[in-house]
Amino acid sequence: MAKIVLQTEVAAVFAAGETEHDIDAANVRQLINRLDERFPGIGERLRERTAVAIDGEIFQDPLLQTIHPTSEVYFLPMIEGG
Amino acid sequence: MGNEENQFKLAEGTNIYKVVGTRPVRPDGIEKVTGRANFGADMSLPGMLTGRIVRSPHAHAKIISINTDKALALPGVKAVVTSADFPEIGPKQRGAGEAPVSFRDLSRNVMARDKALYDGHAVAAVAATTAAIADQAAALIEIEYEVLPHVLIAAEAMKPDAPVLHDDMFTKGLDPKPDIPSNVSQRFQFGLGDTDAGFREADVVVEYDFTTQCVHQGYIEPHACVVETTEDGMATVWASSQGQFMVRNYSATLCGMDISKVRVLPAEIGGGFGGKTTVYLEPVAIMLSRKSGKPVKLVMNREDVFRATGPTSGGHAHAKIGAKKDGTIVAGELTMEYEAGAFAGSPVQFGCMTGFAPYDIPNVKAVGYDVVVNRPKVAAYRAPGAPVAAFAVESALDELAKKLAMDPLELREKNAATEGTQAAYGPKFQRIGYLETLEAAKNHPHWSAPLGPNQGRGIASGFWFNIGGESSAAMHVNEDGTVEVVTANPDIGGSRASMAIMAAEVLGIDVSRVKPLIADTASSAYSMLTGGSRVTFAVGKAVCEAADHVIEELRARAAKLWDVDVEAVEWRDGAAVNTKSDAGETLTLAQIANSAGKTGGPISGAANINAEGAGPGFGTHICDVEVDPETGHTSVIRYTAIQDVGTAIHPSYVEGQLQGGAVQGIGWALNEEYVYGEDGCLQNGGFLDYRIPVASDLPMIDTVLVEVPNPGHRFGVRGVGEVPIIPPLAAVANAVAAAAGVRVTDLPISPPRLLAAIDGAK
Repeated sequence: MAKIVLQTEVAAVFAAGETEHDIDAANVRQLINRLDERFPGIGERLRERTAVAIDGEIFQDPLLQTIHPTSEVYFLPMIEGG
Repeated sequence: MGNEENQFKLAEGTNIYKVVGTRPVRPDGIEKVTGRANFGADMSLPGMLTGRIVRSPHAHAKIISINTDKALALPGVKAVVTSADFPEIGPKQRGAGEAPVSFRDLSRNVMARDKALYDGHAVAAVAATTAAIADQAAALIEIEYEVLPHVLIAAEAMKPDAPVLHDDMFTKGLDPKPDIPSNVSQRFQFGLGDTDAGFREADVVVEYDFTTQCVHQGYIEPHACVVETTEDGMATVWASSQGQFMVRNYSATLCGMDISKVRVLPAEIGGGFGGKTTVYLEPVAIMLSRKSGKPVKLVMNREDVFRATGPTSGGHAHAKIGAKKDGTIVAGELTMEYEAGAFAGSPVQFGCMTGFAPYDIPNVKAVGYDVVVNRPKVAAYRAPGAPVAAFAVESALDELAKKLAMDPLELREKNAATEGTQAAYGPKFQRIGYLETLEAAKNHPHWSAPLGPNQGRGIASGFWFNIGGESSAAMHVNEDGTVEVVTANPDIGGSRASMAIMAAEVLGIDVSRVKPLIADTASSAYSMLTGGSRVTFAVGKAVCEAADHVIEELRARAAKLWDVDVEAVEWRDGAAVNTKSDAGETLTLAQIANSAGKTGGPISGAANINAEGAGPGFGTHICDVEVDPETGHTSVIRYTAIQDVGTAIHPSYVEGQLQGGAVQGIGWALNEEYVYGEDGCLQNGGFLDYRIPVASDLPMIDTVLVEVPNPGHRFGVRGVGEVPIIPPLAAVANAVAAAAGVRVTDLPISPPRLLAAIDGAK
């Protein structure tokens, strides 16, 4: 199962403050759906305002990116810049 | 010195590319130096009206009433607009730029609705046949205010008895959820491990508080636009911005229009640095044009720019770092409060993520608070949020090095993040070049050059993520074999040259045969705005893919001409080669283009992508200063900016990015700050009183381009424009500390502040 890490403030609202979770998912869409099943309402939050880092690579607007069973997935704020 | 070194490297033939890494003359150079380039304010249309914005003279006030009768009665006045002309927008979020945008807040920033939240907040606007009449009409608009107490500093705004800007703002990220409104919009936290345990392991701990001031991007061209609306409901916008599609989306949403009803034509842009990633004037001009039935021009003056457009946050940072005697850092903590301006959305979370990112530290905790105050809403500014955090961390590291009796560069080397390091914000780094920048610094003659009396040397580093994003490119082959490359991103830092170079490299032709063009929103597929140092990387990827498609088509056309399978045709050095021909038959791009009509018609290619694989950037800067102990004046006498740039497509532009970022950071460190009166009104809204560095203030900024190619781009490109503003704040402060013998923790290190510190230490 992939290791999933939520942002602290998202975990505080939806996951009783628990940031780390182990979840089976083949891509980001599946991952968010499964998180939403576990923590109702988190899906909408994660779909709209979040980037992910999968094994170190940041994806700004993710949906279909592949997640492997050994992947580390961090939900992050969308990165801005000047 | 860096420039000469790079030219020398190319002269030696170490460049593995034919065009990438060369320095052709910039495509927009002649237009710019002859004054022919058209910027936002240069556009004029027949019958065009002049618009003026009426701005709040109060830092915080209820708008009781607005009476426009006298203004409208003035001959020559054709329209007046207030917030009542704009649709009320609910708290929905719709991301169209780099990050989600609250259109409710954006609408209320463009035109105050029930309260004016800062000195300079737009309250009404007028359009008239002449500028003089528009000025007169603006003065005739009667606005009744109820002045409210104001608050300008985050620390003050966080107090329980502070004036509250928004009754409906409850701090997010707290458990339990608060039930009273607050000026703190959100609390963020990032980290690794257990910092309490980490500090228990530490032999040496340093801990400091730092403050920085709100500073402006300081672009030379003020915001400007011209809008023409027509009876069919269309609005055509000519504007200087960092993204024509951003202007289209934001303006349409704020004016309640379909996106297809707005066409935006990008003007040349005279600087942005993040400050032109949002709208201020365009929706107002649309409303004025719609009401008057005439084209309307709105142009800010410099005072408008300072009072009403996004600076970046000032803030406070508390940094604590613990290390073993051998210099191994075992824990780091950062607590920061950033001023967001009048609406939520400071870049404090990026400060939290980036402050410790250059280092491999097992225990990190970074907490940030986004705080609203009665100042203009902040906008992006190069590496938003990172310079303040780096100022705190890199200054504290300098003091840690002193306590450990270690060279500050060696302390950084010992703890540097490398490939596989878990970044302080969570994920593990892929291939990065931070250590290489430190090695380059150590080997640079600047690092070991002797210093004179009252002189000191500082070093500091910085990190930025860099991004990709949605990007489009089209390529058209002309009848003579020249090629047009069409992209849809305003050229702020030389992207036209970069696009032409990459297209030429892929096609195998001379760069002079490639013409880069920037399209309007009706002439191109969507492309995210120019920002986050993404264009050379992301749009460059689209250009390369478009060139691949063109080559595919050229091979197919050559195959038809030779009557062979396309697999038999290879593309080498700008020509098709018939591998089935013993004589090595070839057709140049120009020859194939010339016969395009006979083989199927025009030849073109396009690519629309969401670019992934942006590579992070790291930089290390060395700064020498000389301090006058009698006046407290600091002179920067030598400066070297070193950065991992991936691959420099056009090295001159990359060096320019490093130099420009360094200069802006030096200004942030030594001079720049907003000065407010007791009434909460800005007192230094002009370049005479808001002191940005000018050429005569500074030495030539030396650059060293370290090239650790990004595996996510075929030429190894990394974004380069964000990183160079991150290290200078601490590099300068560390140099001043070395020269003056006192640590100044509050920016700017102005002469009075430094003199007080020197005197205080005696």
